[in-house]
Amino acid sequence: MDVIVCVKHVPETAEAEIKIDSTGKAVEKIGLVFDINESDDYALEEAIRIKEKLGGTVTALTVGSGDADSTLRKCLARGADQAIRLTDVKFNGSDSYATAKILHSAIKGLSFDLILTGALASDDGYTMVGPILAELLGIPHATMVKNIEFSDDVVKVNRELEGGVEEIVEVKLPVALSVQTGINEPRYVSILGIKKAMRKEIKVLGLVDIDLSENDVGEAGSWIVIEKMFVPPVEKQTEFIKGTPEEVAAKIAEIIKSRGLM
Amino acid sequence: MLEIFVLTEHRQGQIRDITFEMLTKGRDLAEKAGADLTAVVLGKDVREHAKTLSEYAKKVLLVEDKRLENFNSEVYKKVLSDLINKHKPLLIMIGHTSFGVDLAPSLAAALKLPLASDCINIEFEGATLLITRQMYGGKVNVKATVRKVGCYIVTVRQAAFSVQKLSMNGEIIEKSSSLTEEITSKRFIKYVSPPLSGVDITAADVLVGVGRGIKDESNIPAVEELARSLGGVLACSRPIVDKGWLPNDRQVGTSGKIVKPKLYIALGISGAFQHVLGMKSSDLIIAVNKDPNAPVFNFSDYGVVEDLFKLVSPLKNKICELKGHKI
Ligand SMILES: Cc1cc2nc3c(=O)[nH]c(=O)nc-3n(C[C@H](O)[C@H](O)[C@H](O)COP(=O)(O)OP(=O)(O)OC[C@H]3O[C@@H](n4cnc5c(N)ncnc54)[C@H](O)[C@@H]3O)c2cc1C
Ligand SMILES: Nc1ncnc2c1ncn2[C@@H]1O[C@H](COP(=O)(O)O)[C@@H](O)[C@H]1O
Repeated sequence: MDVIVCVKHVPETAEAEIKIDSTGKAVEKIGLVFDINESDDYALEEAIRIKEKLGGTVTALTVGSGDADSTLRKCLARGADQAIRLTDVKFNGSDSYATAKILHSAIKGLSFDLILTGALASDDGYTMVGPILAELLGIPHATMVKNIEFSDDVVKVNRELEGGVEEIVEVKLPVALSVQTGINEPRYVSILGIKKAMRKEIKVLGLVDIDLSENDVGEAGSWIVIEKMFVPPVEKQTEFIKGTPEEVAAKIAEIIKSRGLM
Repeated sequence: MLEIFVLTEHRQGQIRDITFEMLTKGRDLAEKAGADLTAVVLGKDVREHAKTLSEYAKKVLLVEDKRLENFNSEVYKKVLSDLINKHKPLLIMIGHTSFGVDLAPSLAAALKLPLASDCINIEFEGATLLITRQMYGGKVNVKATVRKVGCYIVTVRQAAFSVQKLSMNGEIIEKSSSLTEEITSKRFIKYVSPPLSGVDITAADVLVGVGRGIKDESNIPAVEELARSLGGVLACSRPIVDKGWLPNDRQVGTSGKIVKPKLYIALGISGAFQHVLGMKSSDLIIAVNKDPNAPVFNFSDYGVVEDLFKLVSPLKNKICELKGHKI
C-alpha cells in the first residue's frame, strides 16, 4: 500500500494571544508556535500504521514555506520514506482550493493507493482539501473518517456523523480519506528518531516544477479572498469574577447556591 | 427567474434542523436578490418531506430513486450536478455537516463552481457574494469575497441561523432521477453507534466539562470530585475523548451530546463552536480559562480568567462547606 499523507504546518492558537496584523486580513505570526495540524497528526499516524501492517511506502507532502520542514521532519521521524515541500512566493494567498490544485499537480505523477489528509486545518478550517483533491484526481473519497479497514480493492471506513452516530461506507481504491481526530493514538517520536530524520532529504518543488500557471495559484487561483478580519462579537455578556482563587471560589459557590443548585 | 437552492439534509426518516435554518436564511437572501427559493430533496419515499418543505420554500424539487435512499456523496453529486446545470441557480446552500462536507467540495470542483465553506453569514452586494466565517478555532472572524461567477456554493454552519416557520405553500415539482447506471465507487453499508459507557450526561442537572486545559489524565480525578461535590457529572470536550481519558458518551458537542443542564462549568475549554453548540443552551454557564480571549467567554454567564488547577480544590472545598459536608 503506497500512501501519500498531506500535512499542514499550522500555528498553535488555542492558548496563544492572537493579534490581527496591520493588513487587517491576517493574524500576526510572530511569537506563535507552529506544529503539524492536529488531524494531520492522526492521518500521519494512520499512514505509518498501514505501512507497518501492509508494507509499502509513505510520502509526506506539504504546501508551505521552509518553516514547514520541521513538520516534514516529524513525518520522516515517525516513519515516512519521503517528504516533499511545495514552496513558491506565488503560492501565497492560496485558499484550500488553490492548495488542493498545487497538491494535485505534485501527486498526479506519483504512484499511490491511498491519500490521507486531515479532516480540517485548524487555522483556516475550510474542511475541503481532501475531497477536492480526490475530485481533481478522479478518485472517490470519504471524509470524517474514524476507522479504516482494507479488503482487496476496497476500503471500509467509518464516517463520523453528528450526535455520536457513525456510518460505514465502502469505497474503491485508490481513494482519498480525510481523517478525523481520535482515529488512533499518535506515537511519540524519540529524540534519536528526529536526529536521524535531520539527515534525510526534503524534496522542494516550486511553481516551475509543477504543471500549473500563476493564475491557478495564490489569490488569483482561489475561490475565497479575505477582505477583513475582526474579533467575533459576543453572544452573551460575561461577568468576570475577579479575586484570589479562594475569593473566586467563594463567589462561584454563592452564585450556585443562590440558584438553588446545592 | 433566479433561484436559490437549499439542499435538504435528512437521515433515517428525519429532516435535519440545518435544512430549516438554511431555508429561513435562504428566503431572506432570495427576497433581497429577487430570486425564488427552492428546496431540493433527494431520497427514496420522501414525498412527506417534500410536503413539509413546501411550507418553507416557493418550490420543492423532488427526486426519488432507490439509489438515493441513504446519503452517498457520489450519487448525490451526479444528481445535483444535473439539476444545477439545468437550473443554473444563483446560490446553492448545503449544510456544513458530515454530509455537506463530504459532498460540497467535490461537487464544487466537479462543476468548477466556487465554494465558501462553514459560513456563518452570507450576503450579496450587487453580484458579489460576501461571506463571514471563523478562523483559528473561533478566535477571529473574517469577511471574504467569493470569486465572481454568478453561481455559488456555500456550506452553512449549524445553528448560525434561527428557524422561522413560514407558510409558503410552495409547489412540489417532481423530477425524474438522472441516474442511469449503478455508481459503484462508493457504497453506503450501515449506521452504527459506538459502544456507550452507561453515563447519560444529558440527564444531569449539573455538568463539569473539562477540556485540553486539564493537561494530563492524572488530573481527571480532581475534577471528577468537584463534579461529585455538586451532585453533578463530569463531561468533556472532544480532545479528552480522542486521548481516551474519558469515554465517548461524556463528550459535549456536535459530534457528541447536546446538553442543557441547569449548570455547566467549563474548565480549560477554549469554546470551539462544535463544543459550544452542545452546551450553549445550559441555564447557567461558568467558564474558567487562563486565556482572557478564549471564545468560550463569548457564550458564558460568568467567566474566570485563572489557572484551573488553582481553582478546582478551593471551589470544591467552598461547595462542601456551604453544603455543610465534611471536606
Ligand atoms: C467535525 C468536527 C466535530 C467536532 N465535534 C466536537 C464535539 O462534539 N465536541 C468538542 O468539544 N469538540 C469537537 N470538535 C473539536 C473542536 O473543534 C475543538 O478542537 C475542541 O472543542 C477543542 O477542545 P478544547 O477546548 O478542550 O481544547 P483547546 O481548544 O486546545 O483549548 C484548551 C483551552 O484550555 C485553556 N487552558 C490551558 N491550560 C489551562 C489551565 N491550566 N487553566 C485554565 N485554562 C487552561 C486554554 O487557554 C484553551 O482555551 C470537533 C471538530 C470537528 C472538526
Ligand atoms: N498547505 C497544505 N499543505 C498540505 N496539506 C494541506 C495544506 N492545507 C490543507 N492540507 C490538508 O488538507 C486538510 C484539510 O484542510 P482544509 O481543507 O484547509 O481545512 C488538512 O488537514 C491537511 O491534511
